Amino acid sequence: MTVLDVRAWTVVCRFDRLLPERGVAALVGGEQVAIFRTHDGALFALANRDPFSDAYVLSRGIVGSRGAVPTVASPMHKQVFSLVTGECLDEPGVAVPVYEVRVRDGDVEVAVP
Amino acid sequence: MTTQRQLVVVGNGMVGQRLVEAVRQRDPERRWRITVLGEEPRPAYDRVALTSYLTGTTEAELGLVPDGCYDGDSELVLGEAVTRIDRDARVVETSAGRVVPYDALVLATGSRPFVPPVPGADLDGCFVYRTIDDLDAIRDRAGHVASGVVIGGGLLGLEAANALLSLGLSASVVEFAPRLMPAQVDQGGGEVLRRKVEELGLAARLDTATERIAAVDGGLRMSFADGSSLDTGLVVFSAGIRPRDELARAAGLAVGERGGIVVDEACRTSDPSIWAIGECALAGGRVYGLVAPGYEMAEVVADRLLGGDAAFLEADMSTKLKLLGVDVASFGDAHAATADALEVVYADPVGGVYKKLVVTDDASRLLGGVLVGDASAYAALRTMVGQPLTDTPEKLLLAGPSTSDLGDDAQVCSCQNVSAGAIRSAIHDEGCADVASIKACTRAGTVCGSCVPLLKTLLTQSGVEANPALCEHFDVGRAELFDIVRVTGLRTFSEIIARHGRGRGCDICKPAIASILASLGSGHILDGEQAALQDTNDAFLANIQRNGTYSVVPRVPGGELTPEGLIAIGEVARDFGLYSKITGGQRIDLLGARVEQLPAIWKRLVDAGFESGHAYGKALRTVKSCVGSTWCRYGVQDSTSLAIMLELRYRGLRAPHKIKAGVSGCARECAEARSKDVGVIASENGWNLYVGGNGGFRPRHAELFASDLSDAELVRLVDRFLMFYVRTADRLQRTAAWIEALTEEHGDGLAYLHRVLVEDELGVCADLEAAMDRHAGSYTDEWAAVLDDEEKLSRFVSFVNAPEAPDPSIRFVTERGQIRPADGAPVVAGPTLEVVRR
Repeated sequence: MTVLDVRAWTVVCRFDRLLPERGVAALVGGEQVAIFRTHDGALFALANRDPFSDAYVLSRGIVGSRGAVPTVASPMHKQVFSLVTGECLDEPGVAVPVYEVRVRDGDVEVAVP
Repeated sequence: MTTQRQLVVVGNGMVGQRLVEAVRQRDPERRWRITVLGEEPRPAYDRVALTSYLTGTTEAELGLVPDGCYDGDSELVLGEAVTRIDRDARVVETSAGRVVPYDALVLATGSRPFVPPVPGADLDGCFVYRTIDDLDAIRDRAGHVASGVVIGGGLLGLEAANALLSLGLSASVVEFAPRLMPAQVDQGGGEVLRRKVEELGLAARLDTATERIAAVDGGLRMSFADGSSLDTGLVVFSAGIRPRDELARAAGLAVGERGGIVVDEACRTSDPSIWAIGECALAGGRVYGLVAPGYEMAEVVADRLLGGDAAFLEADMSTKLKLLGVDVASFGDAHAATADALEVVYADPVGGVYKKLVVTDDASRLLGGVLVGDASAYAALRTMVGQPLTDTPEKLLLAGPSTSDLGDDAQVCSCQNVSAGAIRSAIHDEGCADVASIKACTRAGTVCGSCVPLLKTLLTQSGVEANPALCEHFDVGRAELFDIVRVTGLRTFSEIIARHGRGRGCDICKPAIASILASLGSGHILDGEQAALQDTNDAFLANIQRNGTYSVVPRVPGGELTPEGLIAIGEVARDFGLYSKITGGQRIDLLGARVEQLPAIWKRLVDAGFESGHAYGKALRTVKSCVGSTWCRYGVQDSTSLAIMLELRYRGLRAPHKIKAGVSGCARECAEARSKDVGVIASENGWNLYVGGNGGFRPRHAELFASDLSDAELVRLVDRFLMFYVRTADRLQRTAAWIEALTEEHGDGLAYLHRVLVEDELGVCADLEAAMDRHAGSYTDEWAAVLDDEEKLSRFVSFVNAPEAPDPSIRFVTERGQIRPADGAPVVAGPTLEVVRR
């Protein structure tokens, strides 16, 4: 049986354009997406909006780790979010959307539902 | 409901105030309504720290009355003396004609300084040393004279002499007894003390009785019993105290032969409705002139007023103080008055150390002791009084005791009467994990501070290590990390965390390491891996605002701006539609810039001759100045030129926190330099340097560090101060908090800095100066460097896939002719947010 991949992938930039342990923001289908490259080359994508300040700034946060979880800290008031699940690790119950992201032929692609 | 009873307290000194707080603490149901009548025009203040008022501590900082202490159920009336007690009617009358009824009356009237009946003691230029008003008067006089004499070489007399020295006078002490501090130390200790204080510039005349004071041309002449005389500008009497018992006396209460209101062990006077506490009380046949017994009496009365049976028996008269940098302590039976007591003495006259322990005749128990020159063992030894000796007296003298076997009953803080058990309970049950929280919880260490080292020891013993760890990724604190990076030469975060930490860092350790690397001069802060370490402000060389836009502040050294410069800034603001506002640091803030606008804004500013003002960095911000002697008719030095020179020397210096500085051209201090980390105020002879001030959440005035410096001397000292701060302070610790931390560690933080930075005790001064020279020599403008670097420039976009597009979420409205962020939808942050999983 064949499963159709119906997700719409959008090319955002070249992988080399991403600095290790920093984020960039992209406009994908009207959504602001924050894309992060960690030190090992893995990619993560979250909504760019910081739910605490209502400002679109998460892509400008500091990337790091808490325990084994890769994280980003909001540059506004420093709440830490998991790059894997989007959950806020400082404020249980708060989370931001996460998006799929991949590299194809050196291009970074994001899928926004 | 029972009716409220009326408690009237006469006197709002340290002890009277303590009573109010002690009653409030024990009386949550508000059974007592409290009225406090104080004669002084100001609420209770810390008389123990009075001398610091002359070196910059403000009246507000000395204040002891917490906010909200007086509310609907209590009242503080100031500037009104009680003139009469009517015991039959149970009312007191005040100088303002107020009549206040009482159910219980507490006299906390304190004492007055004793002025011996020496002819001339009432001349102009003769003072006592007790209140803020006294100090104001002494300071006024000190401005016109060159020398001062203190009559009385006791604890307070030496304190007063110290104050005269700090006012720039040459000072002498005249003491009737054959030694200084006769009540506390013995002859041997007194001798070491005299030698030490004389080395520090204080002349001591012992065995000397003053017979007469006369006014002579421009000053006073003191004549002594041995026929000699001494000319001086002012005289301070510090010859003991006399209890203020006149109200009690007039009301027919029992008073002692030599003064003092007689009280029993409940601190009750001969009238059961009236109590007396503090220096006005005669308890067990003696008047206590220290604050600790007064506090204990206040606690006893508070307890009794609420039905308890606490008793004041005999107070600990232990004392420790630091005078002119000399530690002096005495505790227990310091004079070996106990029958058959043995004295074990260690004396090093050359090193200026004298230690004596008094022990029982079989050397099994400690009775008391005297420590001069080195009182580090004081806190621990004092708690052992009456206890079996844990070691031989000689070993205890030389090495000091171990505190591990400190019993729970042992009193750690004698000022607040807090036991080791109470401290341990605060650590274990209340979760106190540092000295500050122990102070807040138990009040231990909040008066004289001599037990603070012991508090630290107790914390360590309780397994609560003072944890220096920066965060989960590093086990060391910032200062240690700085040394590691400096010594190992590691210059990338990956290497540093791989060798000295774990994980991939966080928003705490990354900016800290970024700052350390920047302080050590590692190229542009956005070079290579450093870019990923910076907080958003440093990453974008601008300050993030609430809507995700940034503000831009060009440097305006010393606040001096040409008309062309002013116009250029105005044109940039107009052309980019920015909101402009004058900052407190004498520059102009341009707000509302989007990320992609920043380089174009900088380009315009750089072309007009401006550079980054580092408003975004934990770095030197501004050096504020007044116009100084160039323009001002009062100015005595050219403060603007100095401010520009300092700002250009230290610009770009990355530090644990922001650094602000100011230069004032005269003592009127229009540049508000004393609210800065580094404050410079002109004197007739040069510059006075103040350090450790800040505004903000907890305002602090900078304290005088050095006087009458030349330009070159000043720069060298500021070099040393700032570089030592950069190397050793904790992250996000301003200089004031850093100096406070140094005080916790080394006694007096400012004195420690003086030893390190002026006397070069650690031998680091040359290195600190060289490091600052390197910094100043390698400075480059961070904005201009980005403008010259295509790769860095490419990061300044709102969207990586639409570099020209502005962020559609950023919206402005107009207010008073300028933009401001539009208020968006209400901020949603809560469990209603959806979690989307991959």
